[in-house]
Amino acid sequence: MPPNDKPYIEIVADRCKGCELCVSVCPKDCIELDTGAVNVKGVNPAKYVGGCVGCGSCVQVCPDVCIELYKEEKAKKSA
Amino acid sequence: MQTTKSHPKSLFPVSTHYCAGCGHGIVHRMIAETFDELGIQDRTIGVAPVGCSVLMYNYIDVDTIEAAHGRAPATATGLKRVRPDCIVFTYQGDGDLASIGTAEIIHAANRGENFTTVFINNAIYGMTGGQMAPTTLIGQKTETSPYGRKSENEGYPLRACEMLATLEAPYYIERVSVATPAKIRKAKKAIFKAFKYQVEGRGFTFVEVVSTCPTNWGMSPTDAMKWSEEYMEKAFPLGVFRDRGAEKDKTETGADK
Repeated sequence: MPPNDKPYIEIVADRCKGCELCVSVCPKDCIELDTGAVNVKGVNPAKYVGGCVGCGSCVQVCPDVCIELYKEEKAKKSA
Repeated sequence: MQTTKSHPKSLFPVSTHYCAGCGHGIVHRMIAETFDELGIQDRTIGVAPVGCSVLMYNYIDVDTIEAAHGRAPATATGLKRVRPDCIVFTYQGDGDLASIGTAEIIHAANRGENFTTVFINNAIYGMTGGQMAPTTLIGQKTETSPYGRKSENEGYPLRACEMLATLEAPYYIERVSVATPAKIRKAKKAIFKAFKYQVEGRGFTFVEVVSTCPTNWGMSPTDAMKWSEEYMEKAFPLGVFRDRGAEKDKTETGADK
């Protein structure tokens, strides 16, 4: 885990099906398919390459719920 | 540094059997998040349909009953009447709700049964291999309409929300989409509202989610999302068709003034 306070994401590579939806919605192009790796499903999983701004679009769109977003929690908490 | 978006507690951390880019996973997550937020996981009973999401109980961590094809609303009616303290929801696809189960959903809605239905509309029969559904768009090619659906032969796409909105009893009806992150956020709000109304015991709540089927549409997941936004949302306009809660709030605040 990076020890700075910038937002970042973690991807559970073995649950990724390589659908590329996260790649298509990321406004900062900080996710790409890892062509150098193959996961248990036999696909190239998504890989975080840095530059996350914490918008959470990838988390919203991931159908396999394999992206976790880490960022400073705001004081306001909505139910 | 804290995690602000993590895996919902009510969703098993397992890999789903859905195809890459399938909208079911997104809707499962939204439902599981809603259970976490409302704190109703331990008293919720789901009714699974026949279709791709028949194995829903492997993913959403609540008690689930598998109903006969299309009969989920009838099963849910019985469940809710026997256990009114439980939160009951049905999760149905368009093959389940809009074709074989049309009678069940209409009459359950007409009775104003106090459960929630989440209707996944992807305009095709996914599990059986891409045959035409009642919701298939005019001109859309499927296995059983290889030259495109023709209205003179197969009729027009069935609009479940509009149909149910003609009834008096339903409390909340909304159609949402999962085509973009912004629309997914809206969809989450709609699903949350539907379950909240049920917890408050208000009546029948119905959320239709315009989803995708990349495999049977023959597109990449990204293209399927674009196609959904461009064509599906034209045939199935998004919006709130009935929200008695908001109407009530409006008249109440109006009366206060």
